[in-house]
Amino acid sequence: MKYVDEFRSAQLAQRIAARIAAEVQPDRRYAFMEFCGGHTHAIARHGVSALLPAAVRMIHGPGCPVCVLPIGRIDQAIHLALERGAIVATYGDTLRVPASAVAAAPARRPAAPLSLMKAKALGGDIRMVYSPADALKLAREHADREVVFFAIGFETTTPPTALLIRQAAAEGLRNLSVLCCHVLTPSAITHILESAEVRQWGTVPIDGFVGPAHVSVVIGSAPYEHFAVEHAKPVVIAGFEPLDVMQAVLMLVRQVNQGRSEVENEFSRAVTREGNRTAQALVAEVFEPRERFEWRGLGEVPAGALKIRPAYAQFDAERRFGLTYRPVPDHKQCECGAILRGVKRPTDCKLFGTLCTPGNPMGPCMVSSEGACAAHYAYGRFKDIEVVVAT
Amino acid sequence: MCLALPALVLARLDGEQAQIDLGGVRKTVSLALVPEAREGDYVIVHVGHAIGLLDPEEAERTLALFAELERGRE
Repeated sequence: MKYVDEFRSAQLAQRIAARIAAEVQPDRRYAFMEFCGGHTHAIARHGVSALLPAAVRMIHGPGCPVCVLPIGRIDQAIHLALERGAIVATYGDTLRVPASAVAAAPARRPAAPLSLMKAKALGGDIRMVYSPADALKLAREHADREVVFFAIGFETTTPPTALLIRQAAAEGLRNLSVLCCHVLTPSAITHILESAEVRQWGTVPIDGFVGPAHVSVVIGSAPYEHFAVEHAKPVVIAGFEPLDVMQAVLMLVRQVNQGRSEVENEFSRAVTREGNRTAQALVAEVFEPRERFEWRGLGEVPAGALKIRPAYAQFDAERRFGLTYRPVPDHKQCECGAILRGVKRPTDCKLFGTLCTPGNPMGPCMVSSEGACAAHYAYGRFKDIEVVVAT
Repeated sequence: MCLALPALVLARLDGEQAQIDLGGVRKTVSLALVPEAREGDYVIVHVGHAIGLLDPEEAERTLALFAELERGRE
């Protein structure tokens, strides 16, 4: 595929790796956080970490919207399907995430936690959709039913939801609403460095960030500039292919060596400083910042999410169904909070690979293939096992 | 979740839609977020919507950067 294959050349990756190894200063250690789950997945899948010198450590950040979606939000979606008779349309990503059982009425509440998939087996009308436009179609086809679009995702995924709401308003659809769980990238990056939990977990010095690829296509590179200055951390925006990530690491190493903290753009084939103005204007028209929103694994991130503006209140599922949010704590031994901040690695968690697996995830980092634990489980866990020669 | 793929715009259709070629697969997606896209452009497609344009010159420049690295070592 054009613009994909050329950015996966193993030979070029080796060359960039050699360059990084040559430029890393011998007495120095480099810790870079890739914020995005897309990068985490690319690093694990393409073996990028094996190409990096020992002095460079990649910390896998919280940038996977499925992972950071709190259980209480999935409970709300299950509640709408099981107890309110709504058709719940959702991306496939959310279907398998274990929620709790409380969303079901006591009479039919199962002993084991529910997921949207299990709620569907219990009779909930839950439809997997590829695009918000599919939810619009469902609403048109089922004029006698309530249709709720369970909207999750970062800035990449928000503009299509905004289009959905605006289109529903234009058509005067009265049976469509959106359970809005859209979250924001720059505030989460800031939160990682500033939050009170940093004291609780301790912190590892992060020397720089690999900035989001497709989020930045929409928001542009400008929003990170303030951050780079304020926190004196370099940011290199990178594409999701392995060569993009390697090149970004090289650029970060150079910035650290030269004592610079600037925003650089490796993904210049798709990211501009301004971003997609059409998409930004649309999102600003339909959404506004939310004061309080919990991120799974990070806690409440100030201004870390969006809600639907009062002008579009009739499309807000929370208002329409009078939903209240109830937080659900993760397993006590889950180490995701520390892993997301780079203080611990997946293998430091007692639950990793035993109680907590991709088939039965206990914490946010195992929930989707883009989470730090799931990526390590799928592609890296055998590297941890020492090779012993049979005698 | 933010995964998106580069696709070639084959034809613009009515209602801000377009037919695209996604590595050999043809699909109809919305161009509402990238109204400036034309036939022959590459767009980045996410959840049924083009969210941005690909700049072929910048792509060449980035690839040339990798290639220079290669020459530098030889």
